[in-house]
Amino acid sequence: MAFQVSREGDVLVVDVDGQLIVGNRQELKTRVLEELEKGEQKFLVDFSSTGYIDSSGLGVLVSLSKKIREQGGELRLSSLNEDLRTLFELTKLDSLFRIHDSREEGLQGF
Amino acid sequence: MDRQLVFELPNDLGCIEGAVEFVLLRCEFCEEVSRRLRFNFRVSLAEALANAMLYGNGGDPAKRVRVEVTVESSALQARITDQGSGFDPDRVPDPTAPEQLHRPCGRGIFLMRQLMDEVHYNDQGNAVTLVLRFQDTEALLREASA
Repeated sequence: MAFQVSREGDVLVVDVDGQLIVGNRQELKTRVLEELEKGEQKFLVDFSSTGYIDSSGLGVLVSLSKKIREQGGELRLSSLNEDLRTLFELTKLDSLFRIHDSREEGLQGF
Repeated sequence: MDRQLVFELPNDLGCIEGAVEFVLLRCEFCEEVSRRLRFNFRVSLAEALANAMLYGNGGDPAKRVRVEVTVESSALQARITDQGSGFDPDRVPDPTAPEQLHRPCGRGIFLMRQLMDEVHYNDQGNAVTLVLRFQDTEALLREASA
């Protein structure tokens, strides 16, 4: 399983193990949307254990963020390594998300 | 590594990561360009393969993708060819434009162009060549350590 879901207070934390790529993006999307339908509002995707995200992975985060905002919720990101942060900066998606250095920082004030 | 590595992949997205790892392992001697090889080239090759399978070949499982990797003294080149009818890469909008930023797709070619030294399409638009130049990397490393 590439995605581990856990709860920190009222925040649903999704850990991405390994990669978020074209081959598994749908799994993440389905999982998060299921939780959104159940009424979850606060999502933190943590990339501490992630080596690589491709453009499809970036796209699914954009799509999920939009759907969550439409439901009055928020999607935050945390723990991006230097390479992953570069991808967000190149594509200017760092302007679209709240990106935190650590999981703890991402959970603060949620 | 061999001077040239040529192989074909089935049109299966699940093959991409294995194929990228295979190419990177064969390029291990390029230690002086490790970060650009392991990040810039890796991302770009994976994006090119995904585009070839999803858009070029239209997801058709009967089609294949050809990969040709060439190592020269000054550059690493990868040519990815699909069996589709091609497209015009100049008509792909800039995904960083404000009106495009919220779209869930359309960042693959942009990333390739940002991360590689050169990106060329053939006239038909069904083959892309990625070029990573070694000399520029060495110059960057010298600048970084100066």
